Amino acid sequence: MSSAAGLKAHQVTRTFTEAGAVLDPISLAIQPGEFVSILGPSGCGKSTFLRMAAGLDHPTSGKLDVECPRTDPFRSFVFQESHLLPWSTVLRNVMLPLELMGIEKEEAKAKAANALKRVGLGDALKRFPAQLSGGMKMRVSVARALVTEPSFLLLDEPFSALDELNRHALQDELREIWETSRPTILFVTHSVSEAVFLSNRVIVFSKRPARLLLDTHVNLPDHREASLRTTAEFSRELKSIYSRVSYEEAPL
Amino acid sequence: MSRTTLTQFVGRVLPPLAPMLIWTFGMELLVRKGIVDAWIIPAPFDVLASMWNDRSEIFAATGQTLISALAGLGFSFVIGSFVAVLLAAFPWFRRAFYPYAVFFQTVPIIALAPILVIWFGFGTPTVIASSFIVSVFPIIASTLLGLESTDPALVDLFRLYRAPRFQFLVKLKIPFALPQVFSGLRIAAGLAVIGAIVGEFIGGGGLGALVDAARSQQRIDKVFAAVLISSVLGVILVGSVNLLSAWVLGPWHASENKKL
Repeated sequence: MSSAAGLKAHQVTRTFTEAGAVLDPISLAIQPGEFVSILGPSGCGKSTFLRMAAGLDHPTSGKLDVECPRTDPFRSFVFQESHLLPWSTVLRNVMLPLELMGIEKEEAKAKAANALKRVGLGDALKRFPAQLSGGMKMRVSVARALVTEPSFLLLDEPFSALDELNRHALQDELREIWETSRPTILFVTHSVSEAVFLSNRVIVFSKRPARLLLDTHVNLPDHREASLRTTAEFSRELKSIYSRVSYEEAPL
Repeated sequence: MSRTTLTQFVGRVLPPLAPMLIWTFGMELLVRKGIVDAWIIPAPFDVLASMWNDRSEIFAATGQTLISALAGLGFSFVIGSFVAVLLAAFPWFRRAFYPYAVFFQTVPIIALAPILVIWFGFGTPTVIASSFIVSVFPIIASTLLGLESTDPALVDLFRLYRAPRFQFLVKLKIPFALPQVFSGLRIAAGLAVIGAIVGEFIGGGGLGALVDAARSQQRIDKVFAAVLISSVLGVILVGSVNLLSAWVLGPWHASENKKL
């Protein structure tokens, strides 16, 4: 992940035929290697923005550029649910992105096994998704995103369906991945504490059509451990965000 | 076999067996006592006797029908799923041809059979064509439904890694469609036997012609014997599809494995 990607959005809007405008003109820039969270109420358009950043959707007007020196697919996406191929084993699921990119099978296998080891599933390679718990499935999904060593990692409320223990464990792992490899990460969530714990910068979107309400730096150390969640400085950062966003504009 | 497994076995086998035994012996009694005329419903044991006496004729006819039905089902599967892939892949192809695919579902095969005879002559080709026409639509419709039920998030994932179109089909759409393909195949299997027998009524050969001949000879026991065999044939074909489906989908699909 040597070459992280940057993003520049200028006056980006998106209008759907049935739902109407979901984004007021949004302008923001993300520097290579940043870990940014987008916070916002349900249905505010944050996922739409994320899909456009992933190149899966396009702005109705304005300009959204993602710059990266790499020419291969350098973006990875983690969905709200794990979305694994039910007929493939855990290992085959994680090999999938590499296979789609035309990478040779043995190499793909080695990389996939490695990515699974990284999320603590090194001994579940031969199992099928139906045999895994929700937390394990999400781990496989994260491993599938990491296997291509992405320069830009996009996550759409990935841990919201998990119980608290699993959610915290996966947050810890994601943060550690960022600390060691420093890809650019754009993380969409509706949980303020998740955003504060994970990222270095928090952006708050208003209710639909989304406007930029807040764009702030998180004043916490770069290296974060599970125990940070119970410290005074962590609650101070939480309060600071709550105090600067009115409930009417963004019910968080 | 331990006591509990024996109880389980009896519990599973007895319920479907009981109505058949009651029907067989009850009917036998009613016919023997003259309460039901034997030319309306033959005594079950007469049917079995006729099955035994005409065994070589019935056996040959059954084989012929089975081969025609299997061939019809095979054509349905190959052509039907290929057409479904085209319908799913090209919207213009779908607009142009899907209405005509529906035609295969609604066509009265008994009216079409004489035309098939004009085209293919008397004999097996007509029978196979009839079996194909009756059984192809469920395969097209189910496969198409399956191909269109692909998880949109996975479509996004494939797009993200710039998967070539062929990979979309082979690695995503077709595996996703398999459970639906099997449910179409299951319906088609029963219909293929019906289509073959209807074809044989007009085109000749197999159980269809045997039923027709026995009817004109007033051999109602033989008619019943042939009808019984033909429904067993349908059950066997559907059962084979179920086995195939369990084998293919077994490890992963919820409909085949609740234990996971």
